[in-house]
Amino acid sequence: MNDGGLIGIFLQNLPVLVVVIPLLLAPILAIITAPRVAWVVSVAGVGSAFLAAILLQSITESIGRVTYHLGNWEPPWGIEFVVDSATSLTLVIMTGLAFLATLYARASLLAEIKHTDLGKCYAAWLLASGGLFGLVATGDAFNLFVFLEISALSSAILISMGAGADRRALSAGFNYLLIGAVGATFYVIGVGFVYAITGTLNIADLVTRIADLGGGAALYAGFGFMIAGIMVKAAVFPVHIWLPAAYGYAPSAVSSLLAAIATKAALYVLARLLFTLFAGVPDITELAVTYVIVPLSLAGIFVGTVMAIYEKDIKLLLAHSSVAQIGYIALGFGLASSASVAASFVHICNHALIKGGLFMAVGGFVAALSSRANLASFVGIGRRMPITATAFTVCGLSLAGLPLTAGFISKLYLVRAILAEDAYVIAALVLLSSALSLIYLWKIIEVMWMQPVPAKSPNLVENPAIYLPIWVVALANIWFGVDASWLVAASRAAAAALLGGGL
Amino acid sequence: MLMQLAAIWNYLIVILLMMIGLFLVISRANLVKKLVGLSIFQTSVFLFYITLGRVSGGTAPILTDAPDTLYSNPLPHVLILTAIVVGVATTALGLALILRIKESFGTIEEDEILAAKNESAAEDLLQAKPGAEA
Amino acid sequence: MMMPQTALLVGILTPLAVACLTPFLANRPVWRDAAGPIGGVVTFIAALKVALAVQAGETPRLFVAQIADGLAIDFAVTPLGAIFGLVASGLWILAGLYSVGYMRGAKEKHQTRFAAFYAVAVHAAMAIAWSGNLLVLFVFYEILTFSTYPLVTHKESQAARDAGRLYMSILVGTSIVLLLPAVIWVWMVTGNLEFRSGGILADALDPKMAPVLLALFAFGVGKAALMPIHRWLPAAMVAPTPVSALLHAVAVVKAGVFTILTTVVYVFGIDFLSESGATTWLVWLASFTILSSSFVAITKDDIKARLAYSTISQLSYIVLGAAIASSVAVQGAALHIVMHAAGKITLFFCAGAIYVQAHLTKISELDGQGREMPWIFAAFFIGALSIIGIPPAGGSWSKFMLMVGAVDSQLYFVLAVLGLSSLLNIYYLLEPLSRGFFRPKVRDVSIESHPLVVIPPVITALLSLALFFYVDLFADLASLMVAP
Repeated sequence: MNDGGLIGIFLQNLPVLVVVIPLLLAPILAIITAPRVAWVVSVAGVGSAFLAAILLQSITESIGRVTYHLGNWEPPWGIEFVVDSATSLTLVIMTGLAFLATLYARASLLAEIKHTDLGKCYAAWLLASGGLFGLVATGDAFNLFVFLEISALSSAILISMGAGADRRALSAGFNYLLIGAVGATFYVIGVGFVYAITGTLNIADLVTRIADLGGGAALYAGFGFMIAGIMVKAAVFPVHIWLPAAYGYAPSAVSSLLAAIATKAALYVLARLLFTLFAGVPDITELAVTYVIVPLSLAGIFVGTVMAIYEKDIKLLLAHSSVAQIGYIALGFGLASSASVAASFVHICNHALIKGGLFMAVGGFVAALSSRANLASFVGIGRRMPITATAFTVCGLSLAGLPLTAGFISKLYLVRAILAEDAYVIAALVLLSSALSLIYLWKIIEVMWMQPVPAKSPNLVENPAIYLPIWVVALANIWFGVDASWLVAASRAAAAALLGGGL
Repeated sequence: MLMQLAAIWNYLIVILLMMIGLFLVISRANLVKKLVGLSIFQTSVFLFYITLGRVSGGTAPILTDAPDTLYSNPLPHVLILTAIVVGVATTALGLALILRIKESFGTIEEDEILAAKNESAAEDLLQAKPGAEA
Repeated sequence: MMMPQTALLVGILTPLAVACLTPFLANRPVWRDAAGPIGGVVTFIAALKVALAVQAGETPRLFVAQIADGLAIDFAVTPLGAIFGLVASGLWILAGLYSVGYMRGAKEKHQTRFAAFYAVAVHAAMAIAWSGNLLVLFVFYEILTFSTYPLVTHKESQAARDAGRLYMSILVGTSIVLLLPAVIWVWMVTGNLEFRSGGILADALDPKMAPVLLALFAFGVGKAALMPIHRWLPAAMVAPTPVSALLHAVAVVKAGVFTILTTVVYVFGIDFLSESGATTWLVWLASFTILSSSFVAITKDDIKARLAYSTISQLSYIVLGAAIASSVAVQGAALHIVMHAAGKITLFFCAGAIYVQAHLTKISELDGQGREMPWIFAAFFIGALSIIGIPPAGGSWSKFMLMVGAVDSQLYFVLAVLGLSSLLNIYYLLEPLSRGFFRPKVRDVSIESHPLVVIPPVITALLSLALFFYVDLFADLASLMVAP
């Protein structure tokens, strides 16, 4: 089919292009290492993925589900990519944030990474992005493992790139690699069990076969291993321990990228496993969500918040806060009602915006200060770098859930969904943790704005290349706080697709 | 009982290797030993899959011209090839990181690295005292 | 002239426009300082237009955006909202003039930041007054908290920062943990959050749960300073007096009791509340707050601290009126919003004027100073009369209606509480006056004369007197509030 030429090819192959374009461009960048070129290519790669994702979203809003057979092999023997409402929403959010992070990365990475390493960094950047998009888009269980590992390895590289500024990034990257590999291997063991008993790897096919089986030791074992493996990647308490150091010591652009999209992809996969793949064995999934997911997510919420309150290093603080926010999303999935799953999707989008923006802003500060961002170096920075600091404050207030920001909408819908399940204790805990999160936010805001600028501080220059993308994200926070109609509708469609059973 | 165990001896080895591997990853302080543990852990998974693919009475899944040949399931073999490649890449990356860690920290023992990191953390807070830098 | 809907828009946007304009006027102090009062006049005219329209039976509305189903950002002026809008905008004019005199006289820094956030706070108060549903009210309630934080911590001293932390943690903490779930609960049982006379909960909420929901609202609205959520109010006195005057005598605390009263009248409905007996505990708690804070006020030597505890006590009058939940009591509560605002702002203005002119902050230092600052002490006297509730000061009307309401509902102990409270008021409010006029001086201080801090309290004192005679507009609006 050659109608429309290149554009036609683009439109015919949308599901796969979201993943393939970044992946194909990556090895090119490993060879061409000129930083400026590498950045332009990365922007083009991630940008076209974003475009493809937007088109996919509009398609799923009208048709509902798109499948793509790789190599034109028929499933269940061939690998297919399946994009339904949940997938397309997640892809739009991920590609959008990746695009903004890539735009932001040029100036930020320049300040934090050795000039000669930049080309390789962008190669890893594209690999990580492509891998994460593939994680979401794929419809084959083993293919998921492959993308899991692609994104894990390239993320480990990205994290370790922070060694230029702080050697602890190396240790963080190594731990991430180790723990991530263990998690991925758990997942593949689970796939092995499931394959052994059903004979297929295609997710749509697995759904029917698992429903036919209805139970069995191998299936339960497979379920356990798969969920455990994905929980590691999603940084659900208590296997979240790799996250604080990883996000804390990585270059700020990398932290921004990973915080916005990496754990979200894994949480999406977790939801897929619980609600679509193993929908045919409701007794075990209910056991899992009631006794494992919900308590662990609540624990994660509080552990993350409390650790953040006592943390003095800003990036580590934000990383701990991410653990708590991941807890909220996992909680929404754990409550397994259509309202709570929709609330989780709303928070997936909003948290990506919030954390992406916060890490970007910290990167701006780090680039100007040339030192680690902690409460001591932040004193009075509000007056020294007002543009970036205001954007940081906007995203921070969104994190705390101030009305008219995106974070408030997430909280509103989440609490409502929890109350609709009559889970009053859980609602009280969520609100309590929300109030607690204000403590660490306020510590930062106080230090930034309320304390006088120390004498003899050098003048700080704010780079538009850094603060413009940050402001786009900050304004998006406000936009989604005022007009959340599209997001709520898309999230509801995603929840319906997810819980409706069957891919 | 023994006969039953003997029948599944492959799986027993899988479990043994899995546990040894995990144990090494968790308990050893030396980074290279952790990586070795990871490798063993991943190898156990390879064995697991290949064992799954074995069909009794089947031959290796390589096409011969003889008709009516019973082959073992080729799919797990393919999957494991992929997983082996992933394992190799992971080990390579891990070793590269260990090299860099050795250069930076001077040691590859986790407890010593932790001590060095705590020192850096304390330095951070002292260093960034306002007004300390011109 | 102005259509009511345009007036609505003008009233809400003018303070915001002033706030946005102020940073640009930083280098022209006269213009910057004039912007507030001028904005206040415009806003007050708009508020008057709106109030007259409501008095005539209309409900000015303005729809802004639909956030999601059942959730909209819209404004709709209820009679109670019209009252609060008049109070906030009218007193902004005077507070604006006063703060100019005060900030210059006390040589405070960061006056531009102060003026800008002041205007934002008034904007939030106007938006609260004219909010069309609980969501909009909650949103601007939070905005009010955040926009007043820079005002409370204005002095940037350690004490100011500590006070700011306490302020934020109590107000934001209660609003997130208690008020937000209450709002969501209402949303869940009724499907919307609108204000309707007679309330929206009557058929939707199980009467046994009504006390619980009411408690969430009563304690979640930290700005109403119901015990034990009252600690932030005395702590916030560390702020400059214009902040205390407008915000803590008028805008912030009034937003709090306005929220409770609105919720009682337009969300619960007074009939539903009195039938279900959901408010009995609140009547007791409000009474307790009235008396205990009055007793604490007596022990305070610092003028502003005493006035702070007096405010806590007076706010509980309004909560008490809401809790009695009879038609007369609720009207009395609404009127008390007006009367207390006028009276308390007078007292705070006087306290600030005493500080600026004589650098005195303690009541024990006031001995004999009355002769030196006669106008201020006279204004203080009239403000005190209004708080105590003695004619011809306006406060007597609201107190009277509260008493009638108590009798109607056969809550005779409330009469005793109100009576005892008036006696305590007499003691702790007239003590500074008696010291000022009837005792010899203990400190010799030079009095610097700053007309701009003396004229506003005199005006508000006269206003308190005028409200005794010209109470019709407010009384009409209050009765419209409870009309079916």
